[in-house]
Amino acid sequence: MAGSNNIKITPPRWLLAELTYACPLQCPYCSNPIDYANYQSELDTEDWKRVLTQARKMGAVQLGFSGGEPLTRKDLVELVKHARDLGYYSNLITSGYGLTEEKIIQLKEAGLDHIQVSIQASTQELNDHIAGTTSFQTKKEVAHLVKKHGYPMVLCVVIHRENIHQMPEILAMAEELGADYLELANTQYYGWAHANRDLLLPTKEQFEHAEAIAQAFKEKVAGKMKIYYVVPDLYEDRPKACMNGWGTTFLTIAPDGVALPCHSARDLPGLDCPNVKDFSIEQIWNESKAFNFFRGFEWMQEPCRSCDEKEKDFGGCRCQAYLLTGDMTNTDPVCSKSPKHGVIQEAIDSAKASAESANEKPLIFRNSKNSKLLSST
Amino acid sequence: MTINPDQIIRFSPMHRLQWEEAQQKDVILYPEGMVELNQSSAEILKLCDGTRNLAQIVSDLEEKFTTSGLTNDITAFLEVALKNGWIQQH
Repeated sequence: MAGSNNIKITPPRWLLAELTYACPLQCPYCSNPIDYANYQSELDTEDWKRVLTQARKMGAVQLGFSGGEPLTRKDLVELVKHARDLGYYSNLITSGYGLTEEKIIQLKEAGLDHIQVSIQASTQELNDHIAGTTSFQTKKEVAHLVKKHGYPMVLCVVIHRENIHQMPEILAMAEELGADYLELANTQYYGWAHANRDLLLPTKEQFEHAEAIAQAFKEKVAGKMKIYYVVPDLYEDRPKACMNGWGTTFLTIAPDGVALPCHSARDLPGLDCPNVKDFSIEQIWNESKAFNFFRGFEWMQEPCRSCDEKEKDFGGCRCQAYLLTGDMTNTDPVCSKSPKHGVIQEAIDSAKASAESANEKPLIFRNSKNSKLLSST
Repeated sequence: MTINPDQIIRFSPMHRLQWEEAQQKDVILYPEGMVELNQSSAEILKLCDGTRNLAQIVSDLEEKFTTSGLTNDITAFLEVALKNGWIQQH
């Protein structure tokens, strides 16, 4: 089943360094694995420096410092400096929580290229509810400081049923904060978002309404602000070309050193994802079972195998196929050609029923207590 | 967007122009993105250093490659670069 050995392997371009699972926020759509609390160990500074050096040598150039909250790592400035010396373009992906002006200056001097600040909503009340932490004012101040110190400012807002009605206010906030880029990320339903899907998934009408508003705004601010719009794939009829193809471009290193072809791949069974403590990045990328598993097209089942679109979307997302059909080699059920496509409508109907229910269950927030509770069952 | 022929042109401080050894080409890096450049595009952008206007960039490149008649091609590329925010004129 693993990829055949005559496939041309392209080098990694993107390295996502998940420095830690620790985070002061509790967003219920967090992309970290549900059982993150079971992984307590973190790579040390020298491990990370070695990983950065090895990946850069292979050709990785875009680097994301992520988490959890990467600011909780005491060696962040040192790692940023190492990355700059190697020639990476470094992105700090942060909640902004705990980011002081002094730290912003230190990071700039160390060579950080840009800071992406997430804001959960356009109002303090909803932002602080979703984040599970009082953080709205801090985040807005951080956004101003990021601009003040000459970084390109990327504002990231994850969109779901609780905030989708705020689209006009979210756009106005991005303009007011002077964002150079605005990432409107419709929630992708993995990990914590999967667990909370009934409470987060908007209706198709809500999506279309919000998208039309975002589209009109995009034209209005053309040349001043760039909009990255992450599509809500459950409402598409063709799957996303996930990760630009497995093991072609993206390399994620989890806090404990496990190397992943995508940041959700930890949940897939039987991949035996290797650890950077045991292998070099070159060995991991070129030789490991995990990175070769879905390279090429040999692993595909029908209808993907004989589909004329397989080179465009690679059969969609392996994690979504696994989560929604139980078999990670199936066609991503988002695809209307998938025999399991009906599970998507079931998910949409289930969320709609939940929204209309008089006693809707509460959101499960992302924290260690819930992580241990959910992963023990 | 059009290039003002009198004003100097500088590369955007919000982007980085860099030679990539592994790819054997110059690239433009920006938040979460990368554009791979062919050799002529890279040569033009390297001269957008805040000291030259359009005519000076054209004459420097025509001299370097001992050719002439580059004005239209260079102007067209710089307009694309301006539209993408890779260069600035103010």
